[in-house]
Amino acid sequence: MTYLAKPKLRHPDLPINKLGYTRRDYEGSVSTLCAGCGHDSISAAIIQACFELDLPPHRIAKLSGIGCSSKTPTYFLGHSHGFNSVHGRMPSVLTGANLANRDLLYLGVSGDGDSASIGLGQFAHCIRRGVNMVYIVENNGVYGLTKGQFSATADRGSKSKRGAINGDSSIDLVSMALQLGATYIARSFSGDKTQLVPLIKAAILHKGAAFLDVISPCVAFNNHLGSTKSFDYVREHNEAVNRLDMMTPRAAITAEYAPGTVESVTQHDGSTIHLRKLAANYDPHDRIAAMTYLQERASAGEVVTGLLYVDNDPSDLHDSLNTVAAPLNGLGETELCPGPAALDKINASLR
Amino acid sequence: MKPTDIGAPEYFHKVVDCQWACPAHTPVPEYIRMIAAGRYADAYMVNWTSNVFPGVLGRTCDRPCEPACRRGRVEDEPVAICRLKRVAADYKGDIKDRLPQPATSRNGKRVALIGAGPASLTVARDLLPLGYHVVLYDQDPKAGGMMRTQIPKFRLPESVLDEEVDYILGLQPELRLGKRIDSLKALLDEGYDAVFVGSGAPRGRDLEIPGRQEAKANIHVGIDWLSSVSFGHIDKIGKRVIVLGGGNTAMDCCRSSKRLGGETVTVVVRSGFEEMKASPWEKEDAMHEGIPILNFLVPKAFIHKNGRLTGMTFDKVKAEYDAKGRRNLVPTGEPETLIECDDVLVAVGQENSFPWIERDIGLDFDKWGMPVVDTTTLQSTNPKVFFGGDAAFGPKNIIWAVAHGHDAAISIHKMLQGEDIKDRPPPTVNLASQKMGIHEWSYDNDVSNDLRYKVPWRDPSETLKNIRLEVELGFDPKLGFAEAQRCLNCDIQTVFEAKLCIECDACVDICPMDCITFTPNGEEDELRQRLMAPARNKTQDLYVSPELKTTRVMVKDEDVCLHCGLCAERCPTGAWDMQKSLIQMTHAEHACSRSHA
Repeated sequence: MTYLAKPKLRHPDLPINKLGYTRRDYEGSVSTLCAGCGHDSISAAIIQACFELDLPPHRIAKLSGIGCSSKTPTYFLGHSHGFNSVHGRMPSVLTGANLANRDLLYLGVSGDGDSASIGLGQFAHCIRRGVNMVYIVENNGVYGLTKGQFSATADRGSKSKRGAINGDSSIDLVSMALQLGATYIARSFSGDKTQLVPLIKAAILHKGAAFLDVISPCVAFNNHLGSTKSFDYVREHNEAVNRLDMMTPRAAITAEYAPGTVESVTQHDGSTIHLRKLAANYDPHDRIAAMTYLQERASAGEVVTGLLYVDNDPSDLHDSLNTVAAPLNGLGETELCPGPAALDKINASLR
Repeated sequence: MKPTDIGAPEYFHKVVDCQWACPAHTPVPEYIRMIAAGRYADAYMVNWTSNVFPGVLGRTCDRPCEPACRRGRVEDEPVAICRLKRVAADYKGDIKDRLPQPATSRNGKRVALIGAGPASLTVARDLLPLGYHVVLYDQDPKAGGMMRTQIPKFRLPESVLDEEVDYILGLQPELRLGKRIDSLKALLDEGYDAVFVGSGAPRGRDLEIPGRQEAKANIHVGIDWLSSVSFGHIDKIGKRVIVLGGGNTAMDCCRSSKRLGGETVTVVVRSGFEEMKASPWEKEDAMHEGIPILNFLVPKAFIHKNGRLTGMTFDKVKAEYDAKGRRNLVPTGEPETLIECDDVLVAVGQENSFPWIERDIGLDFDKWGMPVVDTTTLQSTNPKVFFGGDAAFGPKNIIWAVAHGHDAAISIHKMLQGEDIKDRPPPTVNLASQKMGIHEWSYDNDVSNDLRYKVPWRDPSETLKNIRLEVELGFDPKLGFAEAQRCLNCDIQTVFEAKLCIECDACVDICPMDCITFTPNGEEDELRQRLMAPARNKTQDLYVSPELKTTRVMVKDEDVCLHCGLCAERCPTGAWDMQKSLIQMTHAEHACSRSHA
């Protein structure tokens, strides 16, 4: 943990985005996590993504549960809305907030303990409802705050810092998200921002439940030989199926690709993402094939990363509930309390 | 790029911009930290060892360190290094017991120093403790040279100068003051083992335009006039004064005039205001005292009536640049400007003058009449004769004179000990970790957000009446502390140990200045473009690590690093460490023993 606040001085040539902000303006207070924590890199990637997308900080809500990962929203987007909820209950709070005010951008930040153990049910229901959000799990495979016990995402057979072998099967949140109907699913690595930042940007622009599983080594308790969530292990076994280049509609497309190697996906807001294929025959639109592929590679000890699944025509909870287009705080009293006549009409329709 | 060799002494020296820019290479951040800690005497001695005249330089230095200061690249203004030096001098107390003692035995070698200014006094200080018999000559009755004759007392009180000159005279050179040297040949015939010429650039340039002779009673050459004022031979001037010239001498002339009865004092320069040679702060100080500076006016004639000066005429010009970028001053065609005046001070430049050096003693001069002098050893073509200060390469400043003095002393010492004077002693370099605990460093790494503090001034109603009353009051300890805290401690280096790095990006994420990048290696020009922030300042090095596990390298742009140490605090493996690079120049006392070692 660092005691000093980051100095206010900044590089004189730091780029400025369309809103007139530098990347520094998207920072939060200084991290109190252990030095070298992967979570800090994810915070930096979120900062970079929001800066590059010219997002107004006051239109973002960041929600989290409990744990090392759930502390991180303090360390980024210091001028955004925040809600540090109960352990494992971030998805419910996020769902409620989203229903009340659909105009904000919802950033759910959770960990493997918060989402795969105590909050597994919350995670599942939030995903299957298709809440329009970016759900990031900072996945280090251990309970860092309680000194490094295996978490539910630790691989069977992996070794703890004290030498114990994990005998339990691991929960793969990506496979669950595929099965539960998330419309944007990606996995990445805190140590690879060139992969992570575009994935976060595309997730932010995706309308629907976007889920990111980010392997984030715990330098204090899970970065040793025998761990499958260490910097070295992930780097050696990382199998990226594709590379994503984000292009917003306003930006000129300058990159050139060999034919047949790139697929362009247009998002609901008109922006386009370009996927460079790395694994031949991997189709990020085939949910079933993706599940099979993930199981295969996992049993071979590989960590599959990249944009694993994206639905070209996603929908969200508001669509299925057919809710009003305006956020509730934008409605007047007469719309919110339409009176006994309207209630009678509703009751009659249910008889 | 190849991995950076941080073992090369100049690599980290260049990162300490102020020290690198200082001709004497004073370890600036080292003494600034001492000032912040209230260790004024220690800070003074760091200075005294390096630049010999901390009290004088803390008031009058040309400050080559300040434009170089890294702080000036990350915010508006550099640290007030010069005036912090004065804080050390003002509050040091009695340091006499820390000074070297006169040599107890003499080594039998005799060295003559011509001119008792900063260059010669530095040579004297370096050689006297080693047992040399040093004879100090000067035409003036007191030692100090231009520090005494040309710098007005309201900028440099006599007591400050006397104190620091006396530290050197305490080492017991033989003084032959008030005695002009008229023949170098005759001096060499006296059997000196070496002669050092530190006689300055003593001749003020004149202005030969119509009326110069007729009105000469009221036309004075700037440096001669300042000297006369300094020794009390002149104590008044006319009510309306024109000062010609745009250098620091002109600024001293106009401010002195204002104190000796000049009511309307005007500075007139040929060039534009921006191109004036005077230091920006000296111009500000003059204007602050109500002295206008008129630019683009070329002197045409001195106007006189009945043998008395009544004014000057000027042609109005403008600057035009030719294809090669050279500036020409072209008349605008406007009618000439008349400025009425009672006295004119001509401060349009200084020249070297060596009529007293015979041309047949094996000492070569170049076509501009300057002696041929080796820039490193300061030896002339006569092996026994050395030059330094303004006498060597034309007018510069005190700190250059001191640097020359150190170098000449090394040369003289080595020559008289029978060594090769071209073999220069290297500086001593000490690199030591500053880590005291997990988040504790031996220096204060919390970067101050304060802007540069102004030095308090005495009220002009007092200072304009008394030419010997110092204008600046100097920082008090409280202000001195606050200003010292602005120093970025650039000598506390970020040292990277590649084999400890696990490439977790923690340093990249925390660095407030985006100095650090992990990236595939490349050629320097191309690499500079693709760092976290572009590295456009090519005068600042890139620190490149050996190849890391992922085959990438760590590249750190030294340019705007705050030396805050957050990279080292956030590093989980100690791959980053903050290490102090203390670089000290070797002076004559160790020059010989070191090269033997």
